[in-house]
Amino acid sequence: MTNTLLEVKNLNVTLDGEKIIENLSFEVTKGEILTILGPNGAGKSVLLRTLLGLLPYEGIINWQQKSKIGYLPQGLTQLKFKDFPITVQDFFALKNPKPNIEEVIKFLSLVGLEKDTLLKNAGSLSGGQFQKMLIAWVLISKPHIIFFDEPTSGIDISGGETIYSLLYQFWEKEKLTIFLVTHDLNIVSKYSTQVLCLNRKGHQCFGPPSEILTLETLSKVFGTEIKFYKHH
Amino acid sequence: MQYQLMLSLISGIFISGVASYLGTLMLSKKMSVVAEPLAHLAFPGVALAIILGFNISLGVAPFVILGAILIWLLEERTKLPMENLSAIVFAAGVGGALLFLPVDKAEEILVGKIEKITYPETIIVVISSLLVFYIIQQLYQKMMLINVHEDLAIIEGINIKLYNLFYLLSIAIAVALGVDLVGGLITTALIAIPPAAARNISKGLKLYKILAVILGVIAAIAGILIAHFLHLPTGPMVVVSNVILFLISLVFHKKVF
Repeated sequence: MTNTLLEVKNLNVTLDGEKIIENLSFEVTKGEILTILGPNGAGKSVLLRTLLGLLPYEGIINWQQKSKIGYLPQGLTQLKFKDFPITVQDFFALKNPKPNIEEVIKFLSLVGLEKDTLLKNAGSLSGGQFQKMLIAWVLISKPHIIFFDEPTSGIDISGGETIYSLLYQFWEKEKLTIFLVTHDLNIVSKYSTQVLCLNRKGHQCFGPPSEILTLETLSKVFGTEIKFYKHH
Repeated sequence: MQYQLMLSLISGIFISGVASYLGTLMLSKKMSVVAEPLAHLAFPGVALAIILGFNISLGVAPFVILGAILIWLLEERTKLPMENLSAIVFAAGVGGALLFLPVDKAEEILVGKIEKITYPETIIVVISSLLVFYIIQQLYQKMMLINVHEDLAIIEGINIKLYNLFYLLSIAIAVALGVDLVGGLITTALIAIPPAAARNISKGLKLYKILAVILGVIAAIAGILIAHFLHLPTGPMVVVSNVILFLISLVFHKKVF
């Protein structure tokens, strides 16, 4: 395959003496939406952070092409901004290089936020607005690869749907490669092109959603019975 | 006499201005409390200066800077939160100093000595304040992003370790200056109060920074003048002025700007 973007071979990650990821191997082709699935504590965020070079590891992580990476970390919410008076405009100004204001307005409107959001305190946005703002913040650097770690946690179902369909539009338009961590199986089946499951007991699987999203595989990964209604 | 008052005012304005500016970053990182233990490191410095018989100000700065580097190294090694490490450094500073410090000679370290500051000291204060102001200005945006989320900052290409070191060194110098103005016991006031008051009445980052510096400078001027004319101790008066400004800011809480 000439279009391979990322090759991971025998990846092992140990944190504080505890083995989080064991002998993991998979490949990602350019332009895919790879969803990482698994129960709490399976090491999904750890995997993302390892791929980003934020954590020490053993094994091979081979990025074939040098690409610009965007990252939306888990658990960054508007609450983080309650402490200090920082407006949405101020938050965009923290980027390097600092984007100009027309561009910020353009990206805000792309994610469905009004121009007057600029002058609002980032901490006063609603969960959904804040998440949209973060997505605009990530997209404005025009990354080729984006890592999203549960981008809709803390948002209601319809808000989450909006955000995923938004990401999907960008993916189609900009030919992005997306790494996504989510618990939402419906989202996985609807949007992802590849699924990687993780669980600490060694049940790993990797393949297109039609193969992975079966009751049998899922109950192995999550270790309990799962109710899941497939979209047709 | 007027000449002395002038020197005190100049030093007070510069020290308070830079401490407030730095404080706007520290408030957001919930770090205001870190300044206090660092200020207490002035105590062993002063003890040493008195015992060896050299200028007290010269004893303060090296100890405080050393403490900052120590906290930085310990954080790298142990991954304990900075606040916690500072508490340890604080204990080391005060505990160590009280073993040797002749308490009867320690008034300057308790309440500051801005009303007696000399011309050369004023020059040093002004230059170091400008230097720290410049450093903070350079690292402000990046430090703010680190405050928001460290991973995000790394992805944006920020060397967190390096920035943390410069940040702590700036805090150390600002604190050493603050000890001159209000003494080693209440230095935190200079760093914590003006930004808190400014936060109460501003929405955006720019206004927040400017207001904090203005409030800090007003408190310093008011404190020094009131203390001078009413014959009260200067350092405590500066701190009380800060508190009063904070109380006033509560009235305007998010209504004005």
